[in-house]
Amino acid sequence: MLRFLASRLAKGVVVLLAIAVLNFALIRAAPGDPATVMAGEAGAADEVFVQQLRERFGLDRPMVEQLGIYLKGILTLDLGFSYRQGRSVASLVGERLPATLLLTGSAFAISLLLGTALGALAARRAGTWADTAITTAALLFYATPLFWIALMSQILFSLKLGLVPNVGYETIGAGYTGLARVLDILHHLILPALTLGLFFTALYARMMRASMLETAGSDYVRTARAKGVSPSVVTRRHVARNAILPVVTLAGLQAGQIVGGAILTETVFAWPGIGRLMFEALAQRDYQVLLGVFFVSSAMVVLFNLVTDLVYRAVDPRIQVGG
Amino acid sequence: MTAPVLEIENLTLALPAMADRPLAIQNLSLSIAPGETLCVVGESGSGKSLTALATIGLLPRAVKPAGGAIRLAGRDLLPLSEREMQDIRGREIGMIFQEPMTSLNPVMRVADQISETFEAHGALDRRGRRERTLELIAEVGLPDPPAIARAYPHELSGGQRQRVMIAMALAMEPKLIIADEPTTALDVTTQAQILKLIDALRKKHGTAVMFITHDFGVVAEIADRVAVLQHGIMVEEGPAAAVLHMPQHDYTKRLLAAVPSLVPPPPKDLSGAPKAFQVKDLSKTYRGRGFFRRGREVKAADHVSFEIGRGETLGLVGESGSGKSTVGRCVMRLIEPDEGQIRIGDLSIRELTQAQFRPQRKRIQMVFQDPFASLNPRRTVGRIIAEGPIAQGVPKREALEKARRLLDLVGLSANAADRYPHEFSGGQRQRVGIARALALEPEVLVADEPVSALDVSVQAQILALMQDLQKRLGLAILFVTHDLRVAAQMCDRIAVMQKGKIVELQPTAKLFENPQHAYTKALLAAVPGGRDVGATLAAAGIEPSG
Repeated sequence: MLRFLASRLAKGVVVLLAIAVLNFALIRAAPGDPATVMAGEAGAADEVFVQQLRERFGLDRPMVEQLGIYLKGILTLDLGFSYRQGRSVASLVGERLPATLLLTGSAFAISLLLGTALGALAARRAGTWADTAITTAALLFYATPLFWIALMSQILFSLKLGLVPNVGYETIGAGYTGLARVLDILHHLILPALTLGLFFTALYARMMRASMLETAGSDYVRTARAKGVSPSVVTRRHVARNAILPVVTLAGLQAGQIVGGAILTETVFAWPGIGRLMFEALAQRDYQVLLGVFFVSSAMVVLFNLVTDLVYRAVDPRIQVGG
Repeated sequence: MTAPVLEIENLTLALPAMADRPLAIQNLSLSIAPGETLCVVGESGSGKSLTALATIGLLPRAVKPAGGAIRLAGRDLLPLSEREMQDIRGREIGMIFQEPMTSLNPVMRVADQISETFEAHGALDRRGRRERTLELIAEVGLPDPPAIARAYPHELSGGQRQRVMIAMALAMEPKLIIADEPTTALDVTTQAQILKLIDALRKKHGTAVMFITHDFGVVAEIADRVAVLQHGIMVEEGPAAAVLHMPQHDYTKRLLAAVPSLVPPPPKDLSGAPKAFQVKDLSKTYRGRGFFRRGREVKAADHVSFEIGRGETLGLVGESGSGKSTVGRCVMRLIEPDEGQIRIGDLSIRELTQAQFRPQRKRIQMVFQDPFASLNPRRTVGRIIAEGPIAQGVPKREALEKARRLLDLVGLSANAADRYPHEFSGGQRQRVGIARALALEPEVLVADEPVSALDVSVQAQILALMQDLQKRLGLAILFVTHDLRVAAQMCDRIAVMQKGKIVELQPTAKLFENPQHAYTKALLAAVPGGRDVGATLAAAGIEPSG
């Protein structure tokens, strides 16, 4: 078990370094130069000033040297410095991370619980109106673009019905503290979390339903029935227990994306998370921040892949240790 | 006479509207006394499995009882509610299914699956269940019961899993055990052990056994009485000895005649036949791959050597995992062997690159096991057969013309060329598979279990066809099979494989009369029915088609 973990972590480090190099190369290959953008904003777009900026930030050094400096920083967990914001990238990312984790984590939990429950219900009632309703709704939400759902839900639940706040992370200027602040944030969270969770709820529901129906026809379910096991125990212990396996795989993939944030949702709801940080950095050619966000998201994908493998081995004994 | 445990009276089962016949079972009447084994025998589609499922109340939804009665100890089961049947399943009827690989829940420990039977019927307390489960595991002959109890199904072999199934069926000491082809998926030596176990347990507990099978060898081993089913109608029923040795109905006679005998036919004269195919020191090792460490190794072929003459059939016989299929694939270079020489006629093919070998591929062709999976469902049969020649540069029109002639040669009509594989039965598809292999006029034919997915009467026809084609075309055939009966009838010489090695290679008659290696002896002893069952292909009255 320890061997397996050590081997997987070692592989993970190799993968992350490769990703870091690739990210670096990709960003430099893209057109645009942060020095000209900055100079333009400063209203002094002459060659000398641009050259000064380049020298100051080390952008005039050879590419390989720049890459070396970057990788060395990463190994010491220093993600670099944002020239635009005048702050370290690590502190910028660290500041935005909690909001993103709260949003995507809630959406993840909602979609996993709701999706499997609805999928299981639809499978048990296959062919009835409940099944039709769930399947149709799942298809609808699976097919509808996320940002459109976000805008429509803002109009309906916030502007028309006034049930929840429209945008933002908390009520600005209210100065809540303690429990009041927590409740305020949760109130703001409801709409974006549900909107973001809908897509995966639909996905899990469809998958769980198909998986349950397939498992229900398997030989070992027939064996259980031949033993005289009651239908509810057959469904719970034999059908659902096995049907959940492909859903776990999919959930692992989704979990990896949690930290990458949800650019569309965060933008529409003005949610101060990683997704918006990335969007802003992109518009400003803030290389260091972009690289930092990319790297943290990749690290999380690698980490969650490992966690998924561990979870998978816990739920499926056929997966061998280290296999 | 004691009252029967099970009494089926005039049972009729209706099939859904689109089925090939309206009734799955028609007026079936059977009875089984305590401690008696009734074998229900028939080919695929005879309704034998549906009879079993009807008895335990697990019929597919589309199949409906349309009359008659199934009485267990005098109580009619057909009118019972699902809830009442649930109580009978497992408690009064134990069931053993065919597929040990898929019939156990892969994510539940063996002990939990066995004790679930007790739990479902509210029998015993926690501790009692655990103790009984361990006793049952020991009773069905599994080693180290505590370890088996903790194991998951994938950690057990097929035979061990089937023993777990038997333990589950026995748990509540039911009056009746239904076994639906319980040994069909197992190797012959494992099959012999499982048959012995079922019989011993029947004697010990006085259980009535309904044993569904297609195999008359198994019938000869285990049956007290036999019921023969054809298209849902029972054509013959009686004591085992009478049915096996003095069958009354034509269908029974035909089925028995189609079972290949263990006594080989007189040998062909192959003296002076030139060598068509030689394999020398062929080896192949499979390695598990690891990132930081070496995986485990399996020697699937270990210095395998043999030669086959023109017009000769060499049998490659062994149990699953013996490496016989690996050898079959290696000589085709579908898998690259690690070392060894392969010669077709004068051509040594091991040194050739795949690109150099491609134009020579026509000289060695293969017939596959599964006639359902090995034909592309979206192509017409004519295109499937013509594909090889077209790939070798034969003009399309000519190749298609030839495909029609080949279909005629393998006993199908030439207009079959325009139809798709799903329109044919299993036996017909295997004829198509043979025609495809022959389209390139090969010198060597590798047949990997070509008849093991087929019913016995169809099997006899395909074997006769292969013998006839061999005579006409002078083919050298490498015949890979697990079935010693088929090997006895088909092969001139037989190589017995165990763990990647050929342990014995003899002319067929000599191998069967005087086996040298202990493993060959064990294999021969395990063939169900032994020499009591079966006829030579010639005696089956099946004329080579053509």
